Amino acid sequence: MTGPLLKVDNLRISLAGDGATYSAVENVSFEIGRGEAFGLVGESGCGKSITALAVMGLLRRPLSLGGGRIVLDGKEIQDASAAEMRRLRGKRIAMIFQEPMTALNPLSPVGKQIAEMFVLHEGMGWNEAMDRAEDALRQVRVPSPERRIKDYPHQLSGGMRQRVMIAIALACGPDLLVADEPTTALDVTVQAEIIDLMAELCAAKGTAILMISHDLGLVANMCKRVAVMYAGRIVESQAAEAIFATPSHPYTRGLVDSLPRLGERSKRGRQRLREISGVVPSIAAYPAGCRFNPRCPSVTEVCREVVPEATPLPAEGLVRCHHHG
Amino acid sequence: MAEPLLSLDDLAVHFKIGNALGGGIKTLKAVDGVTLDVKPGECLGLVGESGCGKSTLALAIMGLLPPTRGTIGVDGQEISGSKAPDRMRMARTVQMVFQDPYASLNPRQTVRRTLADPLRLHGVRDKAEVEARVMDMMAKVGLRPEQADRYPHEFSGGQRQRIGIARALILKPKLVLCDEPVSALDVSIRAQIINLLLELKDELGLAYIMISHDLGVVEHVSDRVAVMYLGRIVEQGGWQEIFENPRHPYTRALIAAIPDPFHRAAISAKAKARGEIASALNPPPGCHFHPRCPLKADICVSQDPVLAAVAEGHRAACHFRDRVS
Repeated sequence: MTGPLLKVDNLRISLAGDGATYSAVENVSFEIGRGEAFGLVGESGCGKSITALAVMGLLRRPLSLGGGRIVLDGKEIQDASAAEMRRLRGKRIAMIFQEPMTALNPLSPVGKQIAEMFVLHEGMGWNEAMDRAEDALRQVRVPSPERRIKDYPHQLSGGMRQRVMIAIALACGPDLLVADEPTTALDVTVQAEIIDLMAELCAAKGTAILMISHDLGLVANMCKRVAVMYAGRIVESQAAEAIFATPSHPYTRGLVDSLPRLGERSKRGRQRLREISGVVPSIAAYPAGCRFNPRCPSVTEVCREVVPEATPLPAEGLVRCHHHG
Repeated sequence: MAEPLLSLDDLAVHFKIGNALGGGIKTLKAVDGVTLDVKPGECLGLVGESGCGKSTLALAIMGLLPPTRGTIGVDGQEISGSKAPDRMRMARTVQMVFQDPYASLNPRQTVRRTLADPLRLHGVRDKAEVEARVMDMMAKVGLRPEQADRYPHEFSGGQRQRIGIARALILKPKLVLCDEPVSALDVSIRAQIINLLLELKDELGLAYIMISHDLGVVEHVSDRVAVMYLGRIVEQGGWQEIFENPRHPYTRALIAAIPDPFHRAAISAKAKARGEIASALNPPPGCHFHPRCPLKADICVSQDPVLAAVAEGHRAACHFRDRVS
């Protein structure tokens, strides 16, 4: 068992609409090692969530896989049949979503939704599976799990529902947990608890995490490596500390500088926030060359014409910018 | 000392929930005894998690919800009770900027009409003057004159929020309530709007109440900060006092929960709150925060802590306010 757990290689995702086909994601490559937490960061519409869906084999029209390879544990899964993917999902790779209320079945008690995992993937009988479900709820620290397994999702708070989602996702001890904005719908104090819980359980089970978020701070705190996406492409990837300390792409630098950071004002007084000018382009009007060029402070002619190649950074990082170095 | 522009005295907004036949009527104390001042030209940050009563408080100040108890004074006039000034007068003093710039603009009105209607309603008859003031306001918020005849759907989120800000300022109010003004915007756009709000505050001498769950934003913009929990203010003081020397365990928990790799872990993991906010329908007795508090003792269950001074202009409602550090 060598090599990365997940390898996404030159992924392209096509979006069909208005009689044309667009590339919603292109040339996206990354690797996640066993037990590693990897973060994918970007703004809404940058393609991070559909990259996660592609890994799960859940792309549906108008989205489709336009090319590239997705390799799980040495086995290509991008062309796997629906039945094969169903066996993988839940067992080897699992996903939690932003809004637990819409991801859980409102008509089924939460205990049953967890137990289902053991019945489907491990061939367990329902009685035994319900006992295991109670254990799973205890592990995600839901108080009084023996009573809560009979509760329906609407009887639980947002944080408790997300705990149930985590229990379902980790029930069969998957190799990879895909977490798409798992705490965006939650309050900050609850977010801190859920992140701690996820990190702790995954570390204990040796589960790798693909964490998707718009919150650079959150991802950098939790993950070892971070990739930043902009308009369908990865523009930079680095170790988490390096993303903040030495952001190399003008977009990443802009994001890091534009956020008011706690404690800054005490140290240096109120400075005007650095703005990133302009707006995120729409998929139908992606600019040629580097897609960040209309907003970039150091734009030159070459940026408008040529797509920048990846330049390696220390510690297996990379940046796609003509003006790096 | 300047007269306060806004003064709340023991303000409470309660809602009756349920009906007499099915289970009885309960009282939801959304805002419960809030005493607060805002001086002219000052920015008060109002912080708390969902359900703490921030938005109810804002609606009461706008005159859109009648107080159950207590008084609201705006610019020397009491706005609740029988002698309340009319809505028209209120509108010229207090305005609001909403969270969602997609939902808070009329989709069938051009920018010009959105900005000109309030002027006409408030007695500006001269067409040339209306036009001049609309153009002036558009320039102030960074919109171009030729954009006046466009509809909201033709703008990006950040530009729509600029329209929302222009609408709030067109009647030259003295106090603007900003309810999560950047949380619905793309991360790379937020700095633009925060800078704009601060520039307008200085230029026009505005006072703000900045409601936000993003403590980085609150620290950046606020002169003073008030922290709410389950309808009550648990701590208030100057921004530096609140962020560098928080005395309420809830304030400390909020700060500790922020995932910021640059924020030195001055406040340990022990400061984190456990569990989730209780229901306002059935708040815990004594200090509402006690079930989640790391410092909980018997007195916290039996007695309400009062909001008492810990330093000049800094007050905290905690039995252990002098021991928290």
